[in-house]
Amino acid sequence: MTLIDNSPAEMSRLAGFPLVDEDPEHHRFRVHRDTMTSERVFSGELDRIFNHCWLYVGHESEVRNPGDYVRRPVGNKPVFMVRGVRSGKVHVFHNTCTHRGAVVCRQRSGNAKVFQCFYHAWTFDSEGALKGVPGRDAYGDKLDFDALALKSVARVESYRGFVFCCFDPDAPDLVSYLAGAREYLDLVVDSADGDMEIIKGTNEYCIDANWKLLAENSVDGYHALPTHDTYFKYLVALGTDLSGGVSGGVHDLGNGHAVLEYSAPWGRPIAKWEPLFGEHARDEIATMRADLVAKHGEARAARMADTNRNMLIFPNLVVNDIMAVTVRTFMPLSPSRMDVTAWQLAPRGELPQLRQRRLDSFLTFLGPAGFATPDDVEALESCQQGFNSGGVEWNDISRGMAREPHGDDEAQMRTFWRRWAGQMGPAGCSAVSR
Amino acid sequence: MTAVSDRGVELDLATVTRPTVEDLLYREAALLDDWDLDGWLRLWAAGPTRYVVPCNDTPDGDPAQDLVLIDDDELRMRLRVERLNSRKAHREYPHSRTNHQIYNVMLAPVRDGELPVTASFTVWRFRGGKASSYVGRHYYRLVAVDGELRIRAKRAVLDMTELRPAGDLAIIL
Repeated sequence: MTLIDNSPAEMSRLAGFPLVDEDPEHHRFRVHRDTMTSERVFSGELDRIFNHCWLYVGHESEVRNPGDYVRRPVGNKPVFMVRGVRSGKVHVFHNTCTHRGAVVCRQRSGNAKVFQCFYHAWTFDSEGALKGVPGRDAYGDKLDFDALALKSVARVESYRGFVFCCFDPDAPDLVSYLAGAREYLDLVVDSADGDMEIIKGTNEYCIDANWKLLAENSVDGYHALPTHDTYFKYLVALGTDLSGGVSGGVHDLGNGHAVLEYSAPWGRPIAKWEPLFGEHARDEIATMRADLVAKHGEARAARMADTNRNMLIFPNLVVNDIMAVTVRTFMPLSPSRMDVTAWQLAPRGELPQLRQRRLDSFLTFLGPAGFATPDDVEALESCQQGFNSGGVEWNDISRGMAREPHGDDEAQMRTFWRRWAGQMGPAGCSAVSR
Repeated sequence: MTAVSDRGVELDLATVTRPTVEDLLYREAALLDDWDLDGWLRLWAAGPTRYVVPCNDTPDGDPAQDLVLIDDDELRMRLRVERLNSRKAHREYPHSRTNHQIYNVMLAPVRDGELPVTASFTVWRFRGGKASSYVGRHYYRLVAVDGELRIRAKRAVLDMTELRPAGDLAIIL
């Protein structure tokens, strides 16, 4: 008797109803909770999504100089990003010795001309080439040492400083993949005159919840007021006027990417004053805004300065240009646990008082010890616990289906889920009948 | 032996002994464990104060230019307490049970009217069946106010290479 029957007949018997159910006639969009709890769905995601989509690796500013490197997992695989000393090119290598497997980049970050595997001392240069093999004469002269170079991730490309990789050699190019998200990355980068850097210090935290709950939460305008009451109280205590509220719209950027673009009570280091920044900063911020208008025209400058953007780039990159700019990626470890890694992006060489203001602005809301992020963590974990309660099979994501979606509607989540279903394919996106 | 202000004797930081410092740190731990956060605020000196927790990957992080986890001045510290006292700080409502443990307390020579103190800490946090711990070292700067020791600054440097095992940091270390 076989334990696992993978025959087509058995697979089709198992394939039940679709996990993402869109019914425009009844203004209903729902997602089956198996998507959040099932091991089968999770392993399908690792294969069909994380092995085929472009994933964010890091920012070029983290490896500004030749030989600079950073080590981190991408798609749960340990890789490292290094700027080649000869080529100046940013590489992303699988962090494993081509000899017998040990990791070759053992520091979190640094600068190196060579990476030596400590196990048998094979040595690779910053372009990946195998340069040193102790006792090379013990190998036959037909062995191709060039083929034993460090293995690059199948595809590595960057867009305006954002470095991505893809484990699928046949994936479309990055710019095509980013689709409409490009323009929103442009807005962030252009508002800093094209020169941005990741600030030192990384938020690395963990949430006991399905990773797609954070994808939803990162672009969820509906939850802001009820969940983040204490943050808005904090703003009020500082003298911020909340009467304008949060208002705006959402845009489908293609390929599962979506953005929420809205005005909000909080200030923006570039370039909307708020009491948190102090009276002395009023003039300075007005000057920055005027500068943006001169460079980009009133309409684009107004978007850069006044409005906020929460953008989700499918599957797991969030670039939120809000009270500060945060770049956040997250990766599932199981159906009910994810690692979250977040950085802060800022104009390079920003004046110290501007930098301080930006850091203040970030910390009031964001980060695992901020005044808001911990409550998002709680909300997501609470959902995951709720799923275990059973009884209710579907999540409802129908808000705004019968109107031009507002910023606090759920159209951006529907965009994500449609792409998710497409990427998983009919087999991956079907419930197992029980 | 330290004297208190109602006896009209000033506290000389240079003569403060470790047990006196430990009394303050233990009292702080007890107030935090009892969730008497208003009481905790009263352990701080008036005027500019700072409570900082750097990111795990940047233990030497400077809050003026690097991303840190917490950089509270006196106002933000007060608002953090207000937040944690409310029922709307969802991550901490209901509150975790915590156990703040302080040890390896060492005093350094008084500098610029402040007594530098380092102490190791383990903070246990239990909530909803989950246990997490924070391990690291505190760097205090203590001052004498009305014959008593008060906290001017506290920097909690985490030893864990990542915050992930503990999840988040919604509590006060």
